[in-house]
Amino acid sequence: MKSIFKSRFSSELWLLFGVSVASHAVILPFSHGAEQEIGFNRDIRPILADRCFHCHGPDEADRKADLRLDQLDDQGHTAEMLGGGDAETSELIERITSSDPDVVMPPPDSHKEPLTPEEVDRFRLWVDQGAEYESFWAFTPIQKPEVPALDAEGDTWALNAIDHFVARRHVREGVEPSPAADRRTLIRRLALDLTGLPPSPDELETFLADESNDAYEKIVDYYLKSSRYGEHMARYWLDLVRFADTNGIHHDHYRDLTPYRTWVIRSFNRNLPYDEFVRDQVAGDLLPEASDDQLTASGFNRLHMIIDRGTMLPEESLARNVIDRVTAVGTAFMGLTVGCAVCHDHKYDPITAKEFYQLYAFFNNLDATPETGGRSGTDFQRGLQPPYIELPSAEQRQQRAEIEMQLASANGEHEALKKWFAANPEKTSGETEATDTSTKDGAEQSETPSKQDVSAERESKTAKLEQLSTQIKSLTDRRNRLLLEIPAAMVMKERSERRPSHVMIRGAYDQLGEEVQRGTPAFLPPLEMANPGEATRLDFAQWLVSPEHPLTARVTVNRYWQQLFGVGLVKTSEDLGAQGEWPSHPDLLDYLASAFVDSGWDVKSLMKLMVMSQTYRQRSEASPEQYAKDPENRLLARGSRYRLDAEVIRDQMLAVSGLLKEDIGGKSVKPPQPEGLWQSVALPSSFPNRFVADEGDNILRRSVYTFWKRGLPPPQMTILNAPAREECVARRERTNTPLQALLLMNEEQALDSAKTLAVEICLNESPDSIADLYERITGRLPDESERQMLLSALSDFESYYESNPNLAAELVRSAGGEGIEDERLAAWTMLVNAVFNLDIAKTRS
Amino acid sequence: MKGETVVPSALDQLLTRRQLLQASRMGLGATALGTLLPQNAKAQTKPAKAKHVIFLFMAGAPSQLDLFDYKPDLDKQFKQPLPESITKGQRVTAMTRGKEQFVVPTMFKFNQAGENGIWVSELLPHLAKQADRLCMIKSFNTNAINHDPAKTFMCTGSELPGKASMGAWLSYGLGAINRDLPDFIVLNSAFWTGGTRNVQGLYSRLWGSGFLPSKHQGVKFQTNGDPVLFLSNPNGVDSTVRRRMLDITGDLNRKHLEEIGDAEIATTIAQQEMAFRMQSSVPELTDLSGETQEAMDLYGPEVHKNGSFARNCLLARRMVERGVRFIQLFHRGWDHHSILPKQLRGQAYDVDQASAALIQDLAARGLLDETLIVFAGEFGRTVYGQGKLARDDYGRDHHPRCFSGWLAGGGIQGGMSYGVTDDFSYNVVDQPVAIRDLHATLLHQLGVNHEQLSFPFQGLDQKLTGVEPARVIDEILS
Repeated sequence: MKSIFKSRFSSELWLLFGVSVASHAVILPFSHGAEQEIGFNRDIRPILADRCFHCHGPDEADRKADLRLDQLDDQGHTAEMLGGGDAETSELIERITSSDPDVVMPPPDSHKEPLTPEEVDRFRLWVDQGAEYESFWAFTPIQKPEVPALDAEGDTWALNAIDHFVARRHVREGVEPSPAADRRTLIRRLALDLTGLPPSPDELETFLADESNDAYEKIVDYYLKSSRYGEHMARYWLDLVRFADTNGIHHDHYRDLTPYRTWVIRSFNRNLPYDEFVRDQVAGDLLPEASDDQLTASGFNRLHMIIDRGTMLPEESLARNVIDRVTAVGTAFMGLTVGCAVCHDHKYDPITAKEFYQLYAFFNNLDATPETGGRSGTDFQRGLQPPYIELPSAEQRQQRAEIEMQLASANGEHEALKKWFAANPEKTSGETEATDTSTKDGAEQSETPSKQDVSAERESKTAKLEQLSTQIKSLTDRRNRLLLEIPAAMVMKERSERRPSHVMIRGAYDQLGEEVQRGTPAFLPPLEMANPGEATRLDFAQWLVSPEHPLTARVTVNRYWQQLFGVGLVKTSEDLGAQGEWPSHPDLLDYLASAFVDSGWDVKSLMKLMVMSQTYRQRSEASPEQYAKDPENRLLARGSRYRLDAEVIRDQMLAVSGLLKEDIGGKSVKPPQPEGLWQSVALPSSFPNRFVADEGDNILRRSVYTFWKRGLPPPQMTILNAPAREECVARRERTNTPLQALLLMNEEQALDSAKTLAVEICLNESPDSIADLYERITGRLPDESERQMLLSALSDFESYYESNPNLAAELVRSAGGEGIEDERLAAWTMLVNAVFNLDIAKTRS
Repeated sequence: MKGETVVPSALDQLLTRRQLLQASRMGLGATALGTLLPQNAKAQTKPAKAKHVIFLFMAGAPSQLDLFDYKPDLDKQFKQPLPESITKGQRVTAMTRGKEQFVVPTMFKFNQAGENGIWVSELLPHLAKQADRLCMIKSFNTNAINHDPAKTFMCTGSELPGKASMGAWLSYGLGAINRDLPDFIVLNSAFWTGGTRNVQGLYSRLWGSGFLPSKHQGVKFQTNGDPVLFLSNPNGVDSTVRRRMLDITGDLNRKHLEEIGDAEIATTIAQQEMAFRMQSSVPELTDLSGETQEAMDLYGPEVHKNGSFARNCLLARRMVERGVRFIQLFHRGWDHHSILPKQLRGQAYDVDQASAALIQDLAARGLLDETLIVFAGEFGRTVYGQGKLARDDYGRDHHPRCFSGWLAGGGIQGGMSYGVTDDFSYNVVDQPVAIRDLHATLLHQLGVNHEQLSFPFQGLDQKLTGVEPARVIDEILS
C-alpha cells in the first residue's frame, strides 16, 4: 500500500470523507521507498505539526506539561517521552493509541483528528528506529544534490538535470512519462507561460517551419527577450506584494504607486539579478548614491494598505503599517508566516514574538505620517504621500523649470509691490499731510510726489498687482496640471532619529513590553553588519539574499516552478515553514535553488532551464485514470494543464482580435466595467468615488495596467480568481464557476474582441476561415469533424439572423466592417464567441 | 422551485472535480455520493434549526441609546461629564481623544412593546409590533473602534482582511440548496434617507471567501443593470442564439474531454449550462410582477424603488423561498457623529417597516422558523455627545464596548431581551455577547459546530470564531 498520511492539499476531501477513505484516494506529493525507512521531516513532522505543536511546539507560553515535540529539549523530557528504540515501552505510542479519553493524545477537546492506524504505525517505526529528529528541511543550508543517474531508457528521455530528478521519481512510482507535445501546443504553452499572450500567427508559422535542431531553444530565447515577458512576470510579483491603486481602508482613496510597477516590469525585462531585485525593494533607499530606480524600488515598503487620517489613532495605524510591511517581507521573500508571531511565539515555526519585533524594528522608521492625509492639494490628487521622488521626463522637467522661473519672477514682483503698498498706505480722507512727513525713509520723503502723481502711480501699481495675481494663479494652475502628469514614486526613507521598538503584548499597539533591538530569528544564519553599531535595513536586505540564507532561493525557485507547472514543488508556496507541505521533489528543489544562486540569481536562466526540460515539454493529454490518479500532476508524468489567469484570458482576446495596445509602463487605466459598482460600496467623499471608464487606447492595454480599487477590484479579474490585493498572495486558486461562464459569454470587451475578429474574417473570407479562426484562438487546427461542427453552427447562426435581421443589426452595431452583411457578421461574431468560450481556449495545456 | 432538495445540487457546488473523480474511483455513483454528503460533511454535526440566514447589516453603527437600550435616568445627566469610573481609560477614537466627554441623553421616547414589555424607541413603531418575535441583544461587544476593521470583524471574525466571511463559511460547510442560484447573495441599499454625510464605505472582502475557495464568496446583486454581473446576453443575442452557441461550445468541449482526459473540461461544460439556467432563474427571482399588492404594501412605499432597503427585504424573502442559504443586506448611513436626531429618523424610516415586514411575511409563509434574521451594526455609539450637544441636536462617537441588535426566527426565542449594560450604556455588566459568540450561535442554529467548521490555511485551522473561546448563547434558543 502507498503511503497514506494526511497531506494538507487534500483538506477539502478530508472534510468530506474522513481519514480512512481518503487514504487510498489521494495522490501524495511524495511517496515512500519500499524500505519503509522513516524520515522525521517527511513522515513525522507534518503529523506532529498538525496535531501536537499547538500545545507541544515552539510557543513556550502555551506549552502544556512542559513538553515540546518540535525538537528535543535540554532537560530530556522529550527523549523520555519518546522512548526511542522501543515502541512497546514508549509513552508517546501509549498516549496516541490509548482509548482512555483522559490519556489519549491529541485530547478529544482539542478538536484535532485522532491519529489514523497508519500514522500510528509510522510513529512506531520511527520510535523503533531510534526516534531521531532532523532539522527542518527548509531551514537547513541548501546543498546542491548530485544529479541522479538514470538507466538507458531514462537517459534517452532526459534532456537536462531537472529530468533526472523527475525521472527518478517516475521510476519509484512506476509511472511512465508522456511523450513530448506537438509543436503547436508547445509554442502556445511557451508564449502564454513566458509572455502571457498567445503566439502571433507569424510566430506560429515561423516556428512550425523551422526545421533546425534548435528551433525550440530559439523560440524560448525569443520569448525571453520579448518585452511582454516583463509584464507577465511582473503580474505575479504584483499579487505577491499586494500592489493596487487605492489605499484600501476607510475612504479607499487613490494612491499612485505605478512607477514601482513600471520598475518591476523593466527589471524583469533587463533581467536584474534577483538578489539586487530584492535588495533594492527592501532597502534601495539606503544604497550609497541610490539611483532613481533603486529609490523607486524601495516603494515596496509603501505598498501596504494604509488608512487615511481622521478616525484611527495614529499610533495604531503606525503599528498596523509596520506589521503589514514585515509580514509581506516574510511571505514574499522568505515564505514564512512571520505574522503569526505578532501576538505570541509562533506555534509551528521557531519564531518568537520577540524576534518578530526585532524584524519590526528594521521597518518602523519610515519618515512619513502613518496615515494619508489632507483632502486637497496636488499630493492628494496625485495619490501621493511624502516621501516621494519626482520622475519627470526631460520635456516635463524643462516645462516645469520654465514655469517655476516665471512663477519666481512674478512672485518677486508681486512681493515688491506688496511691500510698496505696505510702505505707502492709502490715506483716508481724515488724515493730514503730517503723516507723510513722519515717514522714516528720508529719500522718499525728499521726493514726495504730488498728490496726483501718487494716485496715478497707485492706480497703475494696483493694476499691475492684479495682473500679477492673475498671472501667478494661472502659472500655479499650469504647474499643478503639469504636476498631475509627472510621475512620482513613493519611497522609503529613514527618520534621522530612530523610533524605538518594543514587543507588543498580544499584538496590542498600546501594550508595550520590553524594548528590542533590530535582529533576525535565531534559527536563521546570523546577520552581518556592514558597519559596527546598529544593524541597518540594508544589512537586513543583504542578509535576505546571502547565499547562506536557506529560504530565499528555495522560495523563489518554487514560485517560478509553480508559475510554469501550475503547482509548486512545495504546493504551499506562501509557506515553507513547518505547516507547509513537504516538497514533491526535495532534491530537485534544492538543485534548482543552488543553481539559481550559482548563476548569480539569474531569473531568465532559471526560466530557461525549466522550459528546456523534457519534463516541461510533455504532452498533457492523458487517460482519465491518469488524471484521476494525479489530478494536480505532482508526479510530472505529463504536461500540466490549467486554466489561464484572468489577465491572460482578457489579454488573449484582445491580442487575437488585434485590439491590444502594447505600450509599456505608465499609470493605471480603466477599461469599461458595469455601471454603479464603485458607488455601491464607496464613501461619497472617497476619491474617486465614481468609476469613469477611459477611452481610446487606454482601454485596450494589457490587464497588468488595469486600475485596482481595493474596495472593489475589477470584476473581470476577480471573477476569475484575481485577488483584491489587500494582502500578499503567492498563489491564486483556480475555480470554475457559472459566473466565469457568464463573464466570458457576455462581457463587453469579450464581445468587442469577437466582433473585431469577425470583421477581419468577413473581410478576408475564404474556405480556410474556420480553420484560421480556430487556430488563432486555440493554436490548433480543427480536424474534419470539428470543422464540420463549426460550419454547421455558423450556418445555423446565419440562417437564424437572416430571419431576424433586426437582431443581427443590433449585435453588429458599431462593429465596423463596411459592406459586410449584418447577418454574416453576426453569425461569425457568435462563432468567435463560441470558440473563445471553449475550455481549450481558456486553458493552458 | 422552493428548494428542498439539498442533495444532488450540492454536487457541483461543494465538490471539486478532483473529489468527484476520487469518489468515482471508489465506486460511488453520483447519487450515492450525494446522499453521503450531508452526513459526512464535517461541518454539519447536529440537526439544524434553521436553513437560511438573512443578515441585515446596519453599516456605520446605529445608536443603541436612541433605538434599543433604554436609559431613562440619563435625562438628568444632560451635559454632565461622563464619570471616569465608567470609562476606565478606554481607547477612544482620534475624534474624541483629548476632548471632554459630556453625557447626552436620547431625545426619543421609548415604549414597552409586546407581551413581555420590551423597550423600543418611538422611531421603530413597526418593529415594536413584532416585539414578541424579537430577541433583543443589548450586550454585543467588539474589539475594533473604527469602521473598517469593525465591519471586517463582524463579517469575517477578524479585523484584518484575508479571512472568510460568514456566508462563505456556510456555503463551504453546507453547500447549496438550489443549484440554479448562488448560495450566498449580497444586497446593498443604493440609497438611504439619513443623508450622505454620515456614510462609510464597504469592501468586497466583507462578503469575500478569504482563504476558502472563491466559489464560496458572496455574489453581490446589482441595483441597476444585471442583478448578477454579465448575466444578460448582449444586444443581438437572444436565448435561441445563446443556446446554439452553448451547443457548439459544449459539443466541442465534450470531444476535447474525450481526447484530453481532463475532467476539468466536464466542469466547464456543467458551469456553462448552469450559467444558462441562471439567465432564467435570476430574472425570475428579481421579477416582482407576481407579488400581490398586499405583499408589496406590507414593506411600505419604498419597496417600489429599485435599490431600496425595503425592496431588498422583499427580494431576500424571495431568495429564502428559492433556497438561497445566506442573504446579507448592507444598509449604510448610520455613522451619526452629528445631527443624529434628524438623520437617525431617516434611517429608522428606511429599516423599520421593511424589516418588520420581512419578519411578518416569512412568518405568514411558514418560513420564519427556518430563517434566522440578524439585525446589527459593527459597534455602538457613545453616551457622550459630539457636535452640538443640544437636547435635540447631537451626535455620538464610535463605541465598541456595547451595542444592541436583534435576532428573530430560526429557532431563537421571541419576546426577550438579553444582556445588561450599565447606566450609561457604556459597559456590559451581564450576559455579554462577543462577535464570535454571535457567530457561534448563528452556526449552531444551522446545525454547525463552530469548533469543527475549519479550514487549514497558513499553518492554522482557521475558524469563523477565531482562536478565542466562543460560546453558543444557549439562553436565547427556543
